[in-house]
Amino acid sequence: MTNENPAALIPELALLAGAVLGLLAGAWLPRRRQWPVRALAGAACLVGLGATVITAATTPAQIVFGAAYAVDTATQATRATVLTATLLALWLSIDTVDGHRRESEFVVLLQLGALGSILLSGANDLLLLFAAFLLASVPFYGLAGWAGTGRTGEAAMKYYLSGAFAGVVMLTGTAVLYGAGGATGYAALHEGLGAGPAGAAAVGLVAVLAGLTFKAGAAPAHFWVPDVTDGTPAAVAAVVTTIPKIGALVGAYRLLPGAIPVQVVDWPLLLAVIAAVSMTLGNLAAFFQTSVQRLLAYSTISQVGYLLMAVAVAGRSAEALPGLLFYLAGYAVTNLGAFAVVAALPAARTLDDYRGLARRRPALAAALVVCLLGLVGTPPTAVFLGKLTVFTAAVDGGFGWLAVLAVVNTVASVFYYLRWIAPALRSGDPAAGSADVVHSRSRLAALTAAAASVLLGIAGGAVLPLLGGALIR
Amino acid sequence: MSVVLSLIVFLPAVVAAALLCVPSRVPGRVFVGTWIATGLADLGLIVAVWTGLPASGGFSFEERLPWIPSAGISYHVGVDGLSLPLLALTAVLFTACAVFALRETRRVKAYVVLFLGLQTVCLGVFVALDLILFFLFFDLSIVAMYFLIAGWGHGERGRAAALKFFLYTFLGSLALLLGFIVVFLAADPHTFDIPTLVTANPLAGGGAAAGLALLAIGIGLAVKTPTVPFHTWLPPAHTEAPATGSAILAGVLLKMGTYGFVRIAMPILPATWRDYALVVVVVGVVSVVYGALVALAQTDVKRMIAYTSINHMGYVLLGVGAAGLAPGTDEQARQLATTGAVTQMVSHGLITGALFLLTGVLHDRGHTYDMGAYSGLSARTPRFAGLFAVAAFASLGLPGFSGFIAEFQILTGALAPAPIPTAVAVTGIVLTAALFLVALQRLFLGPLRIPDAPGAPRPFADLHAGEALAIVPLLVLATVIGLAPRFLLDVIEPAARTLNQLVAR
Repeated sequence: MTNENPAALIPELALLAGAVLGLLAGAWLPRRRQWPVRALAGAACLVGLGATVITAATTPAQIVFGAAYAVDTATQATRATVLTATLLALWLSIDTVDGHRRESEFVVLLQLGALGSILLSGANDLLLLFAAFLLASVPFYGLAGWAGTGRTGEAAMKYYLSGAFAGVVMLTGTAVLYGAGGATGYAALHEGLGAGPAGAAAVGLVAVLAGLTFKAGAAPAHFWVPDVTDGTPAAVAAVVTTIPKIGALVGAYRLLPGAIPVQVVDWPLLLAVIAAVSMTLGNLAAFFQTSVQRLLAYSTISQVGYLLMAVAVAGRSAEALPGLLFYLAGYAVTNLGAFAVVAALPAARTLDDYRGLARRRPALAAALVVCLLGLVGTPPTAVFLGKLTVFTAAVDGGFGWLAVLAVVNTVASVFYYLRWIAPALRSGDPAAGSADVVHSRSRLAALTAAAASVLLGIAGGAVLPLLGGALIR
Repeated sequence: MSVVLSLIVFLPAVVAAALLCVPSRVPGRVFVGTWIATGLADLGLIVAVWTGLPASGGFSFEERLPWIPSAGISYHVGVDGLSLPLLALTAVLFTACAVFALRETRRVKAYVVLFLGLQTVCLGVFVALDLILFFLFFDLSIVAMYFLIAGWGHGERGRAAALKFFLYTFLGSLALLLGFIVVFLAADPHTFDIPTLVTANPLAGGGAAAGLALLAIGIGLAVKTPTVPFHTWLPPAHTEAPATGSAILAGVLLKMGTYGFVRIAMPILPATWRDYALVVVVVGVVSVVYGALVALAQTDVKRMIAYTSINHMGYVLLGVGAAGLAPGTDEQARQLATTGAVTQMVSHGLITGALFLLTGVLHDRGHTYDMGAYSGLSARTPRFAGLFAVAAFASLGLPGFSGFIAEFQILTGALAPAPIPTAVAVTGIVLTAALFLVALQRLFLGPLRIPDAPGAPRPFADLHAGEALAIVPLLVLATVIGLAPRFLLDVIEPAARTLNQLVAR
């Protein structure tokens, strides 16, 4: 082994160090003054971001630790997105966790989950993929139960049980694929599966995808999303609907063309069907929600559907990878922005509570409108450019029907986003009252995210070319 | 490189951003006054561009900056004889609406900021020479208009109409985007740049991709225009929108659809356009007749005018469709049809804008659009009655007004390539004449009847100076174009000739 190069893993190591040191420090700090743990986590993210930028600019793509871990454009982009999202999540959660007796746990679990998500994106070996799956799952189970109230207990239990089931299925799939292909490294597996039994390969792939779709919150493994999102504080919901998705989708993108020969298993069609079902189910279920967090939960399911379109045409369109990575970045910022608005108004839980927001809190209402229209894909926000590239990739890759379905779904999604925007712009007081408690730091995070979502879209010309290129094998 | 077009487009947005920093307790007149000044400044710049436009055709005042080079997207703007009249129309209508808005009292700051933003995106659509830039402005016009109808429309029904408008036109815009993607992928190298695509003619070979691209783009534009059967969003949106919103919706936003045909669908997909030109002609004629018939049956005056928009836009489709029929046979006839189609866009914008502002006056006084509630208004409000009559006669195509010039050119041009559809379309003029005469009779003749408020009879004032100042210039312009159209036709004709050559290749 000559490529055991820890210097290639500085962002991952920074997160790990931030988490471990934070855990130790949290044990010694007074219960109500644990902010240094948060500061440490922020510093870890910044170090990781710095290292990502420097290595992306200076070091060519490489595979490290045998053939286990790939550090290429996709990994670097995931690092940048996950670390930025983690920073944003730390920021929008300040008002929720500050002074809480389990503050350091929140921060540590967030960092470990983020680390798992990054590892998912770089994993080039089924065993590492599974380990990363666990790392991206277990901390978030804890995070779901973090607030410790009755509803979060239920959410955490549901998340844990479905996650444990998905994990077992994924492990079985890993074993089956190993049996069929005789290897766990993607390149070797690709070779082995070409000559192996197609039936076993198909079963193994579906089982492995069960784990990844669970992490991404895509149909049919999406049942945990609404309950966990609705049952946890907005800060936690923001994290679990954003950060694991990034790694899971990039991980799937790396796994499918890298390890599964198309002539053995028709995975593009499988992914296209998953994408179609996700976007449609998510949208239909979101239609008549009255709880804002539940509405956002279903909206994230439909967003995963659009994102999976890029995975379905992986390797068949030059636009697929830049589209996926850019869309993920735009989605992360915009979705966190929407959740930050929710976190800024802790008393407003239903759509009706947002009535008259534009009058009382014009800036927050503007951030909400920008983020929700951003999720629709209105130009010039980042998600628009992401959608444009992904739709182009889908048409280019021969899935024109999927692009048409995505367009129809996008129009349908306008309906429920407007159900939220319309009362916010209406005059009059909220039905429940008391929506005037505003968390100022979450509010600032929301404004920043909304601005970033627009700026990323406008600056897409500078970002998009950086995301091109093929994956390293 | 001249930046005058960017200045024209983004001046209102910059002013809007500056106004955002002004506290809203400042009197509303300050905001509206700033808006009027911005509109006049824009108008001045457009006049400068108009005088500087070379007679040769082709794009002028072009600006091109790379925006997202890896996706073939650039910030590319420019004007030619097809877009400049619409650009001028946009500035005129927005300035008229600004003057009209002097009487607005509800949340004036937000209202003016929203309108200035809408002004930027509307101007942007007509100068965009990149499909994605076009789509960006096209889409944002929907968002801004949604907020306008939902925020300043007529209550709960206004919000429902705004939602319908948003969903329907958003579907159209995304269909358009799909079509753009197909064209983008067909071009080699991939690009969204309109002049490059026109030159490359990437789907000249026809086939399924070309048909699908035209279908997607056609549906997208047809929803916005709107044509039968995609028109159902229009009547409620118009009825529930505030008067200024209706004027902009009919005067400017509908033109984005028809402009899309002459700017994008025809020159980029010429062969496919020729193949399906008869479909366009038929859709146009059906819109003409259906719009007129349904308008005839309305008792709500605003709804009636909304349906006449469908009728008038039908003529535009007839004109552009006829240009694709029997190419190369009668150059002059097709030239006439295309020129007439563009003239009709300008004419309809001016006249219908004035009509919608006038119905706003009516609603302001009587709080209803129901024609049955009014009678004999000419005695009480002679100025209002006079202007309404002028606008109605202009709209039904009386010689001496711009509508006549436009419709005459379209029908003359379309007669040779499509004789039967043209003959059917002429009946639309008769129907429009009938419905406007009936409306005038109901509103203005007979014994005086005014909808009373509960309790005391309300004062029913004639047109105020501010309202007249907004409406009269529109009608004066429509008359000037009707009497001395050369200044407009000289700009349109070279561009129309170029367009016909592009369609015929």
